[in-house]
Amino acid sequence: MSKTLYQKIWDAHAILQGADGQSLLHVGRHIVHDGSCHAFEFLEDRGLAVRRPDQVFATPDHGVSSKSHDIAAMSDPEQRRAVELLSQNSRKFGIVHFPLDDPRQGIVHVVGPEQGITQPGMLLVCGDSHTSTHGALGALAFGLGTSDILHVLATQTIWQRRAKTMRITVEGKLPFGVTAKDVILAIIARVGANGASGHVIEYAGSTMRAMSVEERLTVCNMSIEAGARAGMVAPDETTYAYLYERPFAPKGAQWNNALAYWRTLASDADARFDSEVSLDASALAPMVTWGNSPEDARPVDGRVPDPAAETNLERRAYMLRTLDYMGLAPGMALTDIQVDQVFIGSCTNARIEDLRAASRIVKGGHAVIPALVVPGSTQVKLAAEAEGLDRIFCDAGFTWGESGCSMCVGINGDLLGPGRRCASTSNRNSIGRQGKGSRTHLVSPAMAAAAALTGRITDVRKFGP
Amino acid sequence: MEPFTVLDGVAAPLDQSNIDTGQILPARFLRRPRKGGYQDFLFRDLRFFDDGSENPDFVLNQTPFRQARILVGDRHFGVGSSREQAPWSLIDFGIRCVIAADFGDIFYFNSLKIGLLAVQLDIEACNLLRKQLHARPGATLRVDLSQQAVTGPDDAIYSFKIDPFRKRYLLEGLDDVAVTLRHEAAITEFEQGYRQKFDWLFHYER
Repeated sequence: MSKTLYQKIWDAHAILQGADGQSLLHVGRHIVHDGSCHAFEFLEDRGLAVRRPDQVFATPDHGVSSKSHDIAAMSDPEQRRAVELLSQNSRKFGIVHFPLDDPRQGIVHVVGPEQGITQPGMLLVCGDSHTSTHGALGALAFGLGTSDILHVLATQTIWQRRAKTMRITVEGKLPFGVTAKDVILAIIARVGANGASGHVIEYAGSTMRAMSVEERLTVCNMSIEAGARAGMVAPDETTYAYLYERPFAPKGAQWNNALAYWRTLASDADARFDSEVSLDASALAPMVTWGNSPEDARPVDGRVPDPAAETNLERRAYMLRTLDYMGLAPGMALTDIQVDQVFIGSCTNARIEDLRAASRIVKGGHAVIPALVVPGSTQVKLAAEAEGLDRIFCDAGFTWGESGCSMCVGINGDLLGPGRRCASTSNRNSIGRQGKGSRTHLVSPAMAAAAALTGRITDVRKFGP
Repeated sequence: MEPFTVLDGVAAPLDQSNIDTGQILPARFLRRPRKGGYQDFLFRDLRFFDDGSENPDFVLNQTPFRQARILVGDRHFGVGSSREQAPWSLIDFGIRCVIAADFGDIFYFNSLKIGLLAVQLDIEACNLLRKQLHARPGATLRVDLSQQAVTGPDDAIYSFKIDPFRKRYLLEGLDDVAVTLRHEAAITEFEQGYRQKFDWLFHYER
């Protein structure tokens, strides 16, 4: 019987299936961060231990300061304590840990692929919804809440019912100025903010095949923003070349064994999916969101929607409320939106290719509004500095930060003030996401860079090839 | 977890769609100790003004709804972040059931695992229930898990679906970890095979 990539990974991890349709799955690798502190506390309260510490990896990201990786720079005692607890628990249970001062530290979803911890065919979990990122390497990866983190720590397993499958086929060459971020924003606009609920997405098609692993990571990252349990891309030569000789990737004869296995993973040609969506990449434009849901994405040369023209009453009510929160006028050109701040960072768009793309726009220009660049990992930061990207940003008046989640989740002190508007490369634009009353417009790194230079939402295509 | 069987309680209508987990529980409260309770952080920025005073327009600040045990929402309830602190804050406030047209996948399962029943009804049913609750503030709903049925203020009955596995856990108040560990032998046997088949995952330098 033909199988999808999802089903193959599922089968390789299924310990048992109950009569009620739930399966107990083995977890290949589990990544924990400073936010996992509650689960460790519950584990301790119950007198349990970490069952398979050699399958758990740790690094702090959510609450860490972007100003300095000296723990004293963390002014919030709760956040500091969570980072300290991660160190203590990692030591206590023998978990591989990249602490604040380790050159391998970073955002969990940047570090996993970068270190080769994430591999094709693996079931990987983490207590963060953007764990879907790791699917870019052909892994099955999804986010968990505290109860499940505790369960995985204690048993190295998880109970799951098989999800439905959705194949999103993207065909064609991306036009100039259109990036992986624009592809996923266009997909979410099409599918809807919870349109892939109950599904695991497999991204396919010539556009996906032509993408680098880093671009695929951006696409898979926002699968959760379409409501999907996970998003994945079949591993191919691009994937293997990316993984080769990464620190935690297999070496020598084991590399060959792993490779032979990975080559069996792609969905069979006649595999069936529960739903199919297709998208023409050549028709896409750079995207920007106007509202409080990632599905509110439009081409940058478009306009803010006019609620008066919306016939669906429920949708009209949402638009009215949202335009009020966002401080936007119906029908205004998106490029007339003035922004107060720019954030280039997050597990969506803070890898080296993202920083290069932003720096190409920035080079020789000057930011007219505050702009913060936070590399996704310390490795990314070091690589960017070796290439001189930090100089390009700093010379243009941008702030160059230490890696972490920073202003995407806004719990490390990097916050927008009430009513302040940000062009952000992150993944969520919901009410209050970047601080109480904050207004977020999701864009690609190049678009964010362009906004920093002009102080408004700007069509990056105007900057020329 | 406290078992969930039948719940009769005041239901509060929450008219907004897209109530993501960040609005249910703002990120700045994520590291608060679990034992201290999360009820004060629930819908913090919707419920309270900056000076800490209550926003009288928010439904849970209105008299009959302060005792709400059930919340009736709109579309896309609990989308976004995986924070289980969102269902903690609902439970700690006293809410044991949320009814909505669709839920964020992670929020939905996080909730069931800690005894907060998330019930998916179609949008028309959600709209009608909220309308009835606005018309008769303090009206109660009955949520019967074993029958998989919600009874409205007008005695209309709405049936809902739930995974039989999660239903049993809720009805009996079972603990996931304890039940899983009953399969210790199968887990260990599987692990041995897994470690052989995927041996490259277990040879790395720290």
